[in-house]
Amino acid sequence: MTSLYFLGLAALVVAGYMLGRSRAVAAGQTNVLHSRPGYHGAFVVISVLVPMLLIFAVALPIADRIVNMQAIEALDPALAGDDLKRGAALRDIVAVATGRYAGTPSRALQNAANVYASLRAWTDTIIVGAGWIFGLLGAAYGLRSLSAQFRARNRVETVVKYVLLAAACVAVLTTIGIVFSVLFETIRFFQKVSPVDFLTGLHWSPQTAIRADQVGSSGAFGIVPLVTGTLLITLIAMLIAGPIGLFAAIYMAEYATPRFRAFAKPVLEILAGIPTVVLGFFAALSLAPWVRAAGESVGLNVASESALAAGIVMGMMIIPFVSSLSDDVINAVPQSLRDGSYAMGATQSETIRKVVLPAALPGIVSAFMLAISRAVGETMIVVMAAGLAANLTFNPLDAVTTFTVQIKTILVGDQEFDSAKTLSAFALGFVLFFFTLMLNVIAMQIVKRYREQYD
Amino acid sequence: MTDTTSQAARSIDFESDAARARIKARYRAERRFRFYGLAAIGITTLFLIVVLSDIVAKGLPAFTQYVLVMKVDVDASLVDPKDARNPADIRATGDFDALVRNALRAQFPEVNARSERRQLDSILSTGAADALRERVTSDPALIGQTVTVPVLLSSDADLYFKGIGTQVVRTAGRGTATPSGTSGEIEIASTSGDFAIALARVRQSDAAEPEALNEQMPSLLVAINGGMVKITEIGADRAKGNVYLPLTSAAPAAPGQWQVVTYATPEGNRRLNDRVVTWLESLKERGEIERRFNWRFFTSGDSREPELAGIRGALVGSALTLLVTLVLCLPIGVAGAIYLEEFAPKNRVTEIIEININNLAAVPSIVFGLLGLAVFLNFFGLPRSAPLVGGLVLALLVLPTIIIASRAALKAVPPSIKEAALGVGASHQQAIFHHVLPLAMPGIMTGTIIGMAHALGETAPLLMIGMVAFIVETPLSITDAATVLPVQIFLWSDLPEIGFQARTAAAIMVLLAFLFLMNGTAIILRRRFERRW
Repeated sequence: MTSLYFLGLAALVVAGYMLGRSRAVAAGQTNVLHSRPGYHGAFVVISVLVPMLLIFAVALPIADRIVNMQAIEALDPALAGDDLKRGAALRDIVAVATGRYAGTPSRALQNAANVYASLRAWTDTIIVGAGWIFGLLGAAYGLRSLSAQFRARNRVETVVKYVLLAAACVAVLTTIGIVFSVLFETIRFFQKVSPVDFLTGLHWSPQTAIRADQVGSSGAFGIVPLVTGTLLITLIAMLIAGPIGLFAAIYMAEYATPRFRAFAKPVLEILAGIPTVVLGFFAALSLAPWVRAAGESVGLNVASESALAAGIVMGMMIIPFVSSLSDDVINAVPQSLRDGSYAMGATQSETIRKVVLPAALPGIVSAFMLAISRAVGETMIVVMAAGLAANLTFNPLDAVTTFTVQIKTILVGDQEFDSAKTLSAFALGFVLFFFTLMLNVIAMQIVKRYREQYD
Repeated sequence: MTDTTSQAARSIDFESDAARARIKARYRAERRFRFYGLAAIGITTLFLIVVLSDIVAKGLPAFTQYVLVMKVDVDASLVDPKDARNPADIRATGDFDALVRNALRAQFPEVNARSERRQLDSILSTGAADALRERVTSDPALIGQTVTVPVLLSSDADLYFKGIGTQVVRTAGRGTATPSGTSGEIEIASTSGDFAIALARVRQSDAAEPEALNEQMPSLLVAINGGMVKITEIGADRAKGNVYLPLTSAAPAAPGQWQVVTYATPEGNRRLNDRVVTWLESLKERGEIERRFNWRFFTSGDSREPELAGIRGALVGSALTLLVTLVLCLPIGVAGAIYLEEFAPKNRVTEIIEININNLAAVPSIVFGLLGLAVFLNFFGLPRSAPLVGGLVLALLVLPTIIIASRAALKAVPPSIKEAALGVGASHQQAIFHHVLPLAMPGIMTGTIIGMAHALGETAPLLMIGMVAFIVETPLSITDAATVLPVQIFLWSDLPEIGFQARTAAAIMVLLAFLFLMNGTAIILRRRFERRW
């Protein structure tokens, strides 16, 4: 059906463009026309596209809904209220109707499939017919409007401008989508678990029992151990990435010869380009055993999924991030400041420490905040190298868990969408989103406020 | 400043020892500071080298695979009982596994007991007969003949030949060894105390008596007269043992003509016991074991068996997902960038959009996964695990990158170009689309490729939308269930079999190769086409 619809659309578009163009050429010589012939063609194309795409976008979901409801009604009216079973039943019906059902369908199922198939044929015919008719009408309207004086270019450009605006708004829609998708589920979660328990609880074990009378059926949803775990790993990561990234940036910006830069910059870029799943593999299968062996050789008891291993690799991951942001900031410090310092007899390192770094400080602070937000939101390294158990500890040799690990663990695999366990993942996602957003906003504010101080 | 300050206060002290020491200290501090910077870059480089070499070292063995090349009788009664010579029938019903098993058993006629036979079968992969099946179905005339085909070994056998698992030490005998028989339980006597070293290694009691060996000690085998003897009791110059592979004769073996083979890992801790190892060694000696390039890794889908698992499904899944991403985010990203850079009025709405894009670039990727789950799967009801949804989510994820890169590219085109176009009567849009955009295209393409490379390596959001299923078939359309390369890496890294560890590292190498290729292309594009104005 879809292919038939778009075949008609493509035919009308091509024909409309050709006709519009030739109509314009026939209407007058190019020096008489207001717009170039191509714009006349494009105007006809737009008059075809707008109604056809609108009909498709509006009618198809409505038709789907009607067909599905009728098919379910024919199979078993009791199913309409049950989300999960309805989905499964619908898949069966579609399978039977398209002839891909394994085994022999029951009588009721066959019946429902027949209803489905006949209704679907009807709606398909209606949509295709309506689409073609309105497409033709649009083409006719477009062609009738054309004349030598017709301001086709202005019309077309207005439409193009709105298309461009719509594209720019996709990013806004995405943000709105993110906020709403996590917000609604979070609100539903807080109807089951009190926000105070969520924010101050010291235990996290989201297992909810299958039967209500089982032991520990309620599950515990206190995020404090997750917060400490996330902060611990982030702290380890920043202890590594902070100094190393900053010193690398200073060296690259202030000391490095062009030849050295040509070597060091690709190193940082390659490191930045390595997917986190690869670093996670390294952390889990190579570094964690090494850390464990090193700890045991000095008599320490190291968990096999220690926060240390995950933190080290995460720190390495954000070094390029810290260094490239700091590099930009340091380069933006005016040379006159440095020259003034040298003129006073300061050495290069004294100049950097006492003049360049203070001048670049707001930018460096914001770079660090962005790095923290990245470390907090990083998923694969901790999923592969950090643990699942929510231990409330600050010992880097113990296993801890993080927000992202818990979100992944809860949501991978089949879930029922109503349990507190599943909803808790969205609540975690909300906290994560909110926290990283705050860090970014503050970082941007810092840069904005102090940016022009030295210009 | 006036000249009224006293002469004494203005004198600068740079001659005294204290001043020299201060200057020295300052220069030392300077050198230290420089060194810290260099060390930071050094540590980063070292880390990169360690990660890459660790992965290459782990992954390289997976690119080759040991196969058993042997003669197999294609028995018509097993392959084509109906004698119809119909390729489809042969493929579906022919018992090629039995053919291969029989051929292997024929090589070791002494293996009769059921449990031993099962052990012998275990050195073959479950996909051992695939090559034979292909040969015979494509050429049914081979039925009834003997063909030489490569037979896939099991992952454990493969790893044994790759030397992953146990350390093998071979010591040539210095004296003449005389076995007491050719099969069953025999005793080997050596003239020059060859077993003393081995004895010292396993010695537990001080007594001079022969030491009995058990499963928790390193295994000792003696290769003599074309056979293998597993030692059960050892003294300084004589050893008792069971014959695992019959000897050709009981004649004394000259010095250097026989060997003591030690397996450091005790038998009880190994995946392959001594008997299986003996068979493998014997097959190798017969020249039937070959190391071949592991094409299967690229041509087959996922599997529960390490030796059969490949990345083709994941590669196709990645390609489909990236295609969806590219088709969605390139036009939208470029259009959005053109609007913001060229047409947007300077007002509150534009500012909100810009802040929004910058914030979106810093949102954790897993949150995009939550968006995909809640909106695309649960609200719009799109299929789970499909490249369509994966591509949608990744498109939203890389959209900010592409918009930012495209804006930078558009901004880099000098305004004089646009002004010249406007000056000769082009409309604003004509100036942009006919003149500015083509000049900005290399920059936009570079940004797009980098964004696509980012999308190719992204894992977390795809886990959320169910691309983690175990999928054997190669996806054919964007609505089929599929997985992608990074997710495949994640799935394999979780599996306990050692064989999968090498596969995981090999898959990572493929992923990194694609990423380097993409980023390299981006760099070349930038160098070749970027114009400095």
